[in-house]
Amino acid sequence: MDLALREVRLALLEADVNYKVVKEFVTSLKERAIGAEVLQSLTPGQQVVKIVHEELVKLMGETQSKIVSPERGRSPGAIMLVGLQGSGKTTTAAKLSVYLKKNGSNPLLVAGDVYRPAAIDQLKILGKEAGIPVFSMGKDDPVKIARQALREADQKGNDYLLIDTAGRLHIDEELMGELERIKENVDPLEILLVVDAMTGQDAVNVARSFHERLQLTGIILTKLDGDTRGGAALSVRQVTGCPVKFAAFGEKIEAFEPFFPERMASRILGMGDVLSLIEKAQEVVDQEKSRELEKKLRSQSLTLEDFLDQLQQVKKMGPLENILEMIPGINTMGKGLKNLSLDEKQLDRVEAIIKSMTRDERQQPEIINSSRKRRIALGSGTSVQDINRLLKQFDQMKKMFKQLGALEKGRLRKQKGLFPFK
Amino acid sequence: MLDFFKKGLQKTREALKNRMEDLFVKREITEEFYEELEEILISADVGVETTLKVNAALREKISKGKVKEAEKARILLKELIAEMMGSNEDITLKVPVSSPAVYLLLGVNGVGKTTTAAKMAYSFSQEGKKVLLAAGDTFRAAAIEQLEHWSEAVGAGLIKHQTGGDPSAVIFDAVNAAVSRKVDILLCDTAGRLHTKKNLVEEVKKIYRVIGKVIPDAPHETLLVLDATTGQNGIAQALLFQEAIPLSGIILTKLDGTARGGIVIAIKEMTGLPVKMIGVGEKKEDLHPFDPAGFAEALLV
Repeated sequence: MDLALREVRLALLEADVNYKVVKEFVTSLKERAIGAEVLQSLTPGQQVVKIVHEELVKLMGETQSKIVSPERGRSPGAIMLVGLQGSGKTTTAAKLSVYLKKNGSNPLLVAGDVYRPAAIDQLKILGKEAGIPVFSMGKDDPVKIARQALREADQKGNDYLLIDTAGRLHIDEELMGELERIKENVDPLEILLVVDAMTGQDAVNVARSFHERLQLTGIILTKLDGDTRGGAALSVRQVTGCPVKFAAFGEKIEAFEPFFPERMASRILGMGDVLSLIEKAQEVVDQEKSRELEKKLRSQSLTLEDFLDQLQQVKKMGPLENILEMIPGINTMGKGLKNLSLDEKQLDRVEAIIKSMTRDERQQPEIINSSRKRRIALGSGTSVQDINRLLKQFDQMKKMFKQLGALEKGRLRKQKGLFPFK
Repeated sequence: MLDFFKKGLQKTREALKNRMEDLFVKREITEEFYEELEEILISADVGVETTLKVNAALREKISKGKVKEAEKARILLKELIAEMMGSNEDITLKVPVSSPAVYLLLGVNGVGKTTTAAKMAYSFSQEGKKVLLAAGDTFRAAAIEQLEHWSEAVGAGLIKHQTGGDPSAVIFDAVNAAVSRKVDILLCDTAGRLHTKKNLVEEVKKIYRVIGKVIPDAPHETLLVLDATTGQNGIAQALLFQEAIPLSGIILTKLDGTARGGIVIAIKEMTGLPVKMIGVGEKKEDLHPFDPAGFAEALLV
C-alpha cells in the first residue's frame, strides 16, 4: 500500500504536478484507500490505481465545461485570452474562433498583442485562413483597442469578441494592470488562461497570480500533441478552481477540442488516450463510405477514386502522429514504431496526383499511358517517376487486399507494407 | 550576471526567503533538513531523480567535511550545483578559426527562438561583429515579419524566403551569403517543432546537413532553446533532439519570471548538455552568458 502510494507520488511529480498539490493529494488518497472496501478482482496495486484515477478525475472536474453563451439581445460577449509569452494565445484565439463558428456563432477576433513584433500580422493571417474577421488598430493602447472592438462587434452583429492579448509575466505589475483595465472596459463573459501543457512546477504561481488579478473563468491547455504528461493541468485547476475548458494539440487550426477531464487524468497517470482516438475516428470516418469500401476491397473493384477518398478521411483526423500517439503504449514501444515514417507531404503529393487525373483514369488506371503520365505529372507538380511509383503501389495494394481475402481463408503470406506509400 | 538572476528572481526570492532562512540559518542538519531541501529542488523543476542524486551527493560532502551547520551545507550545495552545471569552457560559444561562425537555434513552439536570435544578433553587433540572420521559420504565420522587425532594430542583415518555403533552402542561401558577404556570425532561426514530430525532426536534420555541406565543420553551435518554465518534458526534448542531431548546448529563456529552470540540471546530468546563455526579458539587451555559480545561487537564495 505505502509502496503503491510512493509510486503514485512519483508518477505525479514526474508528470509535473506541483509538489504541494501532490502532497495534499497523496494524503487524501491515503485516507480514502484505507477506508475503501477491497474488491476481490483487483490486486492492492490496481486498487490504488483505481482510486487514484477516480480521485484525479474528481479533481480535474468531472464534467466538461462549455463557453458561456452571450445573453440574447445584449451586446456581444467578450472572451479574453491571457497568459505567459509563448503559451500559444494567438494560435489558440484563431482555433477558438473556428470552434465557435462551427457551433453556429459569428465571432470577431481582436488583435490586442501590440508588443510582440508581427503578432498582429500573425492573427490577421490566421483569421484570413480561417475566414474569421480580425479587428486591429495597429500598435494603439490595448484597452482602447478592446473598447473599439466591442463597438465594432456590436455594429456588425458579432456575438463573440475574442481578444488576443500580449504574453506577459504574472509578476509584471504594469502589464497585469493593463489586463485589469481591459477587463473593466469590456466586462468579459470569459477570461481564459492559456497554459502550455509542458509547464513545470511554476504553473501554480502563474495561475494563482493571474487568478488573483483577473478572476479567471477557465483554462485552455496547449501543446498537448507532444509527449508531456501535462500535470500542470492538475496544478492549475487546483489553485484556481477553474475548469479546463479546451485542449489544443497541434499547429493546425482544427487541432482543438473540448477538454475531457477523465482522459487528462489517465494521461497524467500515463494510461494512454484510447477514448480520444476512438471518438476521433468515429467522428471523421463516414461509416457508410467505409462499408462501401470494404465491399469494393473484397470484390477487387477498388479504384484510385476510392483511394483518394480514404486518404482524405485519414487526413481529416489530424496529423498522423497525433493519431498514433493516442494509442496506449505507443510511446513506450520504442524504435520500431517511432521509425514508422508518416510523411504527410507524401500524402499531399499522392492527393495532388490523383486529383490531376481524369475520371476515367481514376477508375481504370490501366489506361494511363506515358503521354497521360506526363500530363498528370505536369498538372500535379510531380514527376513521371512519382506517378509510376503511385500506380505500382496502388497495384500492390490491390494485390495485398486480394491476399488479405485469401488470408481469411487460412492461407497466410508475407506482405511488405501495409500502406501504399512509404 | 548574478544581478540579472537576482533581479529576475526577486519575487520568488521574497516568497522563498523565509523558508530558505528557516532551512539554512542556525539549524542543525537533520533528516527534516534533507526533506525540505528535496521539496525546494523539486519545486524548482529539478525532478525527482536528479533531486535524489543531488541530495545524496550533498550527504556525502557533509559527512566527509564533518559539517554540522546548515549554513555551511548551503555553501556546499551551491558549489555542488555549480560544478554540475559545468566549467567555463563548457559554456563558451565555439568560434571557428575562419569565419563565419554558424549558430543554429532549435526548440519546441513558443520558447523564444526568434527573440533569442535577435538578442544574440544584437549582442554580437555590439561587439563590433558583422551579423547575418536567417529566417528559417517559414511555417508560423508572420514569423518572418517578426525577425525582419528585429533585424532592422538590431542592425543585422537578414536572409529570408516566403512563408511556406523550404527552410533548408533559406538556410542554404544564408550560409552561402554569410560566406560571400564575409560576415562574422550567422544566426539561424528555425520553426518551433515538438521533438515528437518525426517529419519536423527530419526537417531540422536536413537543415543541419545543408549547413555542413557549405561549411564542413558547421554549425559550430547547435543550441536548444528551452523555456525556464518547462517541467520534466525538457528532458525528453533534449534527448530526442540530441538523437536527431548533435546538440552543443542550451539557451535557457524566460528566467525573469518566477520559474527557476531547475530542469537544466537534470538535462545536464542525463545528456551532458551545458547551458550557455540565459534570456531574462523581452528587450534586445536581455541575453547573458550563463554563470553556473549565479544560477546555483538563484536556485537556492
